[in-house]
Order: sequence, then structure tokens, then C-alpha cells
Amino acid sequence: MPDKALEPVQPRMYRYDEFDARFVGERVEQFASQVERRLKGELTEDQFKPLRLMNGLYLQLHAYMLRIAVPYGTLSSRQVRKLAHIARTYDKNFGHFTTRTNMQFNWIRLVDVPAIQRELASVEMHCIQTSGNCVRNTTADQFAGATDEEIEDPRPLCEIIRQWSSLHPEFVFLARKFKIAVGACAKDRAALQWHDMAVQVVKNAQGRIGYLVMAGGGMGRTPYVAHVMNEFVEREDILAYLEAVLRVYNQDSRRDNIHKQRIKILINTIGPEEMRRRVDREFQELKRMGTLQLPREELARIAAYFAPPEFETGLPDAIPDAGPDFADWVKTNVSKHKAPGYAIATITLKTPGQVPGDCSSEQMDAIADIMDEFSLGEVRVTHEQNLTLPHVRKKDLPAIHARLKALDFAAPNAGLITDIIACPGLDYCDLANARSIPIAQKIARRFENLDRQHQIGELKIKMSGCINACGHHHAGHIGILGVDKKGVEFYQLLLGGSGAEDAAIGAIMGPGFGEHEIVDAVERVVNLYIRERKDGERFLDTYRRIGMEPFKNVAYREQLYAAHTG
Amino acid sequence: MSLTGNSFMPLIRVEGGKPRIATDAYAAVADDAALPEGAVLVSLARFRKEREQLLARNTPVGVTLQAGENPELLGDDVSRLSLVALEFPKFRDGRAFSWARMLRTRLGFTGEIRAVGDFLYDQVNYQHRVGFDAWLVPDSFTPETFERAFHEMTNVYQPSSDGRKTIRDLRAAR
Repeated sequence: MPDKALEPVQPRMYRYDEFDARFVGERVEQFASQVERRLKGELTEDQFKPLRLMNGLYLQLHAYMLRIAVPYGTLSSRQVRKLAHIARTYDKNFGHFTTRTNMQFNWIRLVDVPAIQRELASVEMHCIQTSGNCVRNTTADQFAGATDEEIEDPRPLCEIIRQWSSLHPEFVFLARKFKIAVGACAKDRAALQWHDMAVQVVKNAQGRIGYLVMAGGGMGRTPYVAHVMNEFVEREDILAYLEAVLRVYNQDSRRDNIHKQRIKILINTIGPEEMRRRVDREFQELKRMGTLQLPREELARIAAYFAPPEFETGLPDAIPDAGPDFADWVKTNVSKHKAPGYAIATITLKTPGQVPGDCSSEQMDAIADIMDEFSLGEVRVTHEQNLTLPHVRKKDLPAIHARLKALDFAAPNAGLITDIIACPGLDYCDLANARSIPIAQKIARRFENLDRQHQIGELKIKMSGCINACGHHHAGHIGILGVDKKGVEFYQLLLGGSGAEDAAIGAIMGPGFGEHEIVDAVERVVNLYIRERKDGERFLDTYRRIGMEPFKNVAYREQLYAAHTG
Repeated sequence: MSLTGNSFMPLIRVEGGKPRIATDAYAAVADDAALPEGAVLVSLARFRKEREQLLARNTPVGVTLQAGENPELLGDDVSRLSLVALEFPKFRDGRAFSWARMLRTRLGFTGEIRAVGDFLYDQVNYQHRVGFDAWLVPDSFTPETFERAFHEMTNVYQPSSDGRKTIRDLRAAR
């Protein structure tokens, strides 16, 4: 049972008013009746499918999977405890944090779904539009409101987008899914350029705050980095602009080939210039109509929910000494906070051997306690499947580290080679061609030695079990893609991708490696980097300087050698 | 024998804010069939080919648009039509949601916008919001079905063609 001794701390985040509560409540009952019609056979699976998807319910390999929205990755301790309770009561005692910063449960019974959604509604959570061909959960920089790098907290805009996109009557049957992300600093921790649409908070030459809008990024079988649609949209026009983009997409996207129906295909077929022209026409009309104008007061009203907490003053600004393990963890997992005496702490759910992103009920409850005690009741989910404690006092870091260590969540590897993104893969997923989790675990074990990890430095491995790219393999410094060749799992290597502000699409090295070769191939690639790198170069920098060929030579040469010598 | 081919499909129309069973006064005419007396519903292709003749008849004319046919293709003639039927080839194809919205806003169309083809109970409220006011439906759909669909969700977040007050409006009025 969770520790009831602690009173949950309510963080500064959006709270439902009576309208939001009623909306979510009615949506839950609407879906409950759809579930009932399905169970009675009044809806065929084909008819039920788009309805359940829009309510977060997938049919996977072994069971239903329920995906719960974590809007822009922000969770309160009360919500984390509720997720723990759901995992314990309705699932196999664990949940999985996804790259869309959502939580998914992999072993759900259809009959339980209405009850689960009612429980979620009681803590202001829902599953609305966590899948299906509609606008999905909006993601944001996990350091929002805590970093001094940002122009402003991007989450108020995310919340405005959440409300505007919830059951939008024109856009719930889009050609494909549609993902939006929002960032507010030059440093990109939210993979903006990989999104169907992304908004970056910017300042213009006059110092006025507005929004840069990009569209057409995406992974999947045809990866593209987004194009800038508009360099500067005024604050009050942003919803009109986003609606204009969606409108052009809904009207003009292909509908005849599921693999060519994302907005990236439309934009790269008609060209970004033509796309901007079409969007601008809709935008001008929407502006004239004025119904989507965002009044300053409304933005201020939403922003007030996210007002910075009252940070304590006079705190020591030095991180205490607490031994070498702690020092290692600080090196990678602690980041600069905007308030003196505070820090941002990243909890990687990637201790070598763990399933990336998985979290048990006990771990969730313990994290909720840590949130209440040390982080003003708040945690953020990151698109790299980690958690971030946004506001912790530096003096508390040793205590937090000790608590995380007891949970096996103190891996000092944020941003290092063992901090791997992996999709659920063939162990769970209906679409997968190959397993991801065991390969990610093997790689993490191979590079477990911390000195070696630090020697390698920043190196992002991202892995998907099929070309749908849920594990973001195109954006990995080293990407791994599982493929199926006549019933045997093979793994292709991609090099040079990036999901950050220097976004790039990884290049495929060549034919795939077998299950027993892939970890060696990764290691040979990494070793070549260590030999070739010049001062201060990350893996990505060295790759960009010397290109694919030298890496390819080592990766395959030794494989061939092994083949010849048996 | 009815020329419409939909004699078994009741028409539900929202009149005075209420969904009711309505009489379908339009004969849906195939591209190669002779035009009957009275109101007719023709394809965009036929409308373009026989525009003069159709508009000169002084009886109501409706046009059916396929999902890929933008209502702007009708040009200024849209104001001379009394019905635009928007086709849902399969319920997953949501283009007609934008076409209905466009007819009501940009094109200022005040006639009937009718949903035809493959759509679900769970879509009629969205259709209503973007501007549809008539539905050709299987007879399992009754006006009560529509009433229920329209009221499953009390409030809405987005402004649309229906001009409903949004949650933001309601908040501001508190």
C-alpha cells in the first residue's frame, strides 16, 4: 500500500474546472456505452476500432493495451499514485512510459476499461486521443518552467492546444495520426523537428514573444525533418494558425495509401512553399473570422496555473559531497535550474537490464513519495522514456539519490549509451517485426561499465522493432531497426540521426545483423569512434566529419571475418 | 420504382433545432439517366456538363460531392444550389468534415448539407457541429438516436459552423 503518511503536494499545473471535469466525465460514459455495445455485439470490431483508438485502447498481440495521456509530460504525485493503483488492480503491476510521454498498460481487459477511465477522471486524467487518426497528446520540453534557457514556460500553450484539439469536430477523422510538440528554447529536448507540427516560442526583433511553427516532420518508413511554415505567428493567432495547417492537411492529404497519408508526405509532395501558401489562405480567413483568436486574458488565465512555485531563498547553491556513486549520478543526471539552490534531476528508467520505460506499482508509489518530499509534488515524463524531477533543492540531492538507488532507478546514465529508447517490440506489439527490449538490454549490459560510458560520452541509441519507428531509430546517433527476413529477426544499423536542435535523419549502413551479431556490431562502431574522435567530439560529430564508410568497414569486415573462420 | 435508389433509407433532417424524419424531395439521378420532373440530385460531373439546363429548370438542384471533391469546385454556383450531399466513402475518411465547414463559413451556403455513404452513430454529432443538417441513414437510426448523439457531450471546446458557445465563452460568462 502507498505510504499514506504524506499529504500529497499539489504542484503548479493545470487543474480541471467544472467544464473540463464534465467534459472528461461525459466522454468516459460515452465510451463506456460504446464498450457495452461492443460486448453485446452491436458494434463490429471494425466499427469499434476507431472509437476505442480515440479513447486510447489498442488490441495488441496478447491483450488490450490502454494508453493514458500525460499532457505535456506533467504529473502530480496524486496522479502517479493513481497510475500505480491501476497497474496493481487492473494490470500486471507495472506500466510503461512511452516516447509520447504517455503511460501504457499492456494487459488490460475490455470490461475493466470504463472503471479505469472513471478512476483516471477522478485525478483529472484521461485517454482521449492517445491513439487513432487524430491530434495526439501534445509533448513539451521536460525542463519547462525549470530551466533558465527558455523564453517562457511552453506548457500553458500546450494546455490550450490540448483543449482546442479535444474532440475537435473537424479533425477527429484525419488521414493519419497527428503529433504536436512545443518547445521554448534554442536547445531542443522535445524532438520538435520530428513532429507533424511543432511550435517553438521565439522572440522577434522587437523583443515580442510569438511562435515559430514547423510542420511535416515524422519518422515511420519515410522519415522527414519538419519545414518551417511560419517564422513568427503572433500569440493571439496561434490557434488560428494551427487550425489552418490541420485544415489543409485534412482537405488535401491522400487517403488511398495508408503509408502516404501523414502530413510529411503532403508537404514534401506539393513542396513547402505551396503548403505555406495554402495554409496562409486558411489562416487569413480564420483571422478575419476571429473565432479562434486567443485573448490575452485567456492565455494569462491558463498561464497562472503554471506560475513558478515560490522557490526558497538562501539555500546553499553547492551540491553536497556524498561519495563517488553520487558524484557520477550528478555528472549525468543533474541539470541546471533557474533558481539558485535548486537543480533538475533526471531519473533514467534504464538501469542496465531493465526494460526501458517500465515502472512497477511499488516504484511508482515510491517516486510519488519522492515527488512530495523533494520536488514540490511534481514529475515530468520525457520523450526519452525517463522521468524528471523539475524542482529539487541541491542539498536534497544525496537523499534523492539514495532513495532512487533503493528503487534501482539511480543509473548514472542520462544521455549516455545505455540510456536507450526502445519500443515494446515483438514482445508486445502487433505490428513489430522483431524484438527490441532484449536487444536494448543486451547493449546496456555490454556497456554497463560506467567509466567506459563516460569515456564514450553523449551517445543516443534508439531502437524500433519495425519501420513504424516508435523507438525513434531515425533520430538515434546510432539507430537500430528490427526487420523480419523470412521469419528470422535481423537488425539494421543507422548512424548519424539526431532528435535535438541539430535534427538529422540517420543513414542506413546496409544489410541487417543477426540477433547475435548486432551488439558486437554496435561495439565495433563505438570503438572506431573512440579511435577516430578528435578533442571534444561527440559520436555524432565524428560521424559527421568522417562519414559512414569507416564505420561500415569495421562493422561488416569483422562480421565477414567471423563468417570465414567459422 | 423510385429513381432515387434510396427508398429504404430514411432521411433525418434537423429542423428548428430538432432531428426529424423528413421527406426526401430530391431524386438522385445517375449520370446517364434522364432527368425526372422536380428536384434532382446530380453528381458534380453531371452538374458541370449540364449546368445551364439544370439551373434553368426552376426546380431545386442538389449536387453530390465525392470525398475528394472540394466544394470550391462549384464556384459561384454554390449559392444557386439548395442541397449539397457530401459522400463518406468509408467512415474513416474525414474530408467531408472540412467540406461542410467550408460550405457554411467560407462559401456561406445556407441550403441543406446532407451526409451520405458510410458513417457511424458516433460521428453524427461531429457532422452536426461542422454544418451537416441532414443524413441519409439506415432505418435503425431514428430521430431519438440523433437526439442522443447530439447530447452525449454537453459542452465543446472549439468554435465551429454551429456557432455554439464554447467552454471558453462559458468560462468568460461565469
